[in-house]
Amino acid sequence: MSDDLRDLYQEVILDHGRHPRNKHTLEHASHLAHGENPLCGDKLIVYVKLSPDNVIEEVSFEGQGCAISTASASLMTEVMVGKSLAEAEKLFGNFHALATGEGETDITGLEDDMDRLEVLAGVRDYPVRVKCATLAWHTLSAALHDQQKVSTE
Amino acid sequence: MTVIDRTYPIEQIRADFPILSKSFKGKPLVYLDSTASAMKPSQVINEESRVYEEEYANIHRGVYYLSAKATERYEQSRKTVQKFLGAKHAREIIFTRNTTESINLVASSYGRKFLREGDEIVITGLEHHSNIVPWQFLVEEKGVVLKVVPVEEDGSISLEKYAALLTPRTKIVAAAHISNVLGTILPVAEMIRLAHDVGAKVLLDGAQAVMHQAVDVQELDIDFYAFSGHKLYGPTGIGVLYGKEELLNAMPPYQGGGDMIASVSFEKTTYAPLPAKFEAGTPAIAQAAGLAAAVDYVTSIGLDRIRAHEDELLAYATTRLNQLEGLRIIGTATKKAAVVSFVLDYAHPHDIAQIFDSAGVSIRAGHHCAQPLMTHFKIPATARASFGMYNTKAEIDALVAAVRKVEEMFR
Ligand SMILES: Cc1ncc(COP(=O)(O)O)c(C=O)c1O
Repeated sequence: MSDDLRDLYQEVILDHGRHPRNKHTLEHASHLAHGENPLCGDKLIVYVKLSPDNVIEEVSFEGQGCAISTASASLMTEVMVGKSLAEAEKLFGNFHALATGEGETDITGLEDDMDRLEVLAGVRDYPVRVKCATLAWHTLSAALHDQQKVSTE
Repeated sequence: MTVIDRTYPIEQIRADFPILSKSFKGKPLVYLDSTASAMKPSQVINEESRVYEEEYANIHRGVYYLSAKATERYEQSRKTVQKFLGAKHAREIIFTRNTTESINLVASSYGRKFLREGDEIVITGLEHHSNIVPWQFLVEEKGVVLKVVPVEEDGSISLEKYAALLTPRTKIVAAAHISNVLGTILPVAEMIRLAHDVGAKVLLDGAQAVMHQAVDVQELDIDFYAFSGHKLYGPTGIGVLYGKEELLNAMPPYQGGGDMIASVSFEKTTYAPLPAKFEAGTPAIAQAAGLAAAVDYVTSIGLDRIRAHEDELLAYATTRLNQLEGLRIIGTATKKAAVVSFVLDYAHPHDIAQIFDSAGVSIRAGHHCAQPLMTHFKIPATARASFGMYNTKAEIDALVAAVRKVEEMFR
């Protein structure tokens, strides 16, 4: 297999794509939003449970998507746990920068999370796939901002 | 049983398409996405450049030599298309931008003038968005009712279910001639007869049909027929609407502007006769010539032979793909054109297309502008390989090898 393809489909991505973590509904979700990538028809729902002091206690997702979008959603549900709203916002910004190769980055305090997410940096070279990687993140952001729907078009 | 045409000039045809001999990222091109848009032979490319180099000017109203020449070529292209579709008059051929615009023209002009609240439009469940959305405008604007013929499990359309939806209130039947996702060839002759029995007019979306088989609008008694130049090995930016003369004459203009008028004053404007009434503004002049060159090209090879070649490719691809475990072909109607949509139970279509790309095989993955059809089959998307006049069995072997590569990675 060509190396650039290996950059895109790293083992971690294939693993999370095959066995996504936290892929289920969340009974006591405080927030949720629907995301859609109209380009490929992929749809997902992201559920969040915030604690009374606005810390993310749990994140889960449901839906169908390619390996990249599923792995990205799966990794997101793991790194977001325990984050305050401000930290979640900052992580979203940094992930967006990682996936697109554009934008400001300040990863202070988020070094470990960004390390884990680095496997998704390969999408940068595939502009069509950036949307696959960011769909779950945009949807989480919409959920936290109390928007019901988001589309990555 | 198709008889194998050993004289099909595949080598010559491939040599006519300059892009087919190019390599991309170090790999020869295996282009299996002609359904989205077809490649162009030199005959088309050269004709378009020739117009720009030798006889280009704006058409109509020009007194000078070049404008007259350009006008002549433009009208000659119309005659080429007239003959291609078997239309009675050249003025029944309207040049548009593409299939989408052709359908919008009918929905907007015919629909607005002749449809009333409670009238019914019948479409099928396998339509491209461009044959759904323009009719939905009429639902919103006029309170027209949109009825949808359900798609069968194999991707075919049942004539009984179709007939059951027709009523005296059915004013328009709008259907794909051939499905861009499933390849299904619809039973259009019977559909037209049944529609005419209740007094409905029929628009066929021929975007996927004209390059696969000969169409005779008079023999089929078609009211409106739409197609795009770019899927027929012709240029982008030019499409065709065929309409029966009496229908087009009864319809109001679609857009206002230059070229579509007889005379204009601030009090009253009278419209030009056909076809100018529907061709407001400067049209795609060189592209019309390119489209005519494309029609000449496919007819010189012969649509029957092209069809036989593609049928052979389709049969070969279907057999080879069916041997692969975990692969399911979506669309298995007995009457089918050279389109194969499939899903793998271990990989998403998007990932399939990505791995294919790294193997130099260009296919499409997605909903193919037919989201209701995806919903019907309960899948988000399909991977789709489609075959044109220039494809070969070796390219299907490359397709199968690419599936194995996906299998290696994802299974
Ligand atoms: C069946 C069908 N109808 C309509 C269209 C729209 O064609 P265009 O984009 O050229 O207007 C397509 C193109 O994919 C098609 O396959």
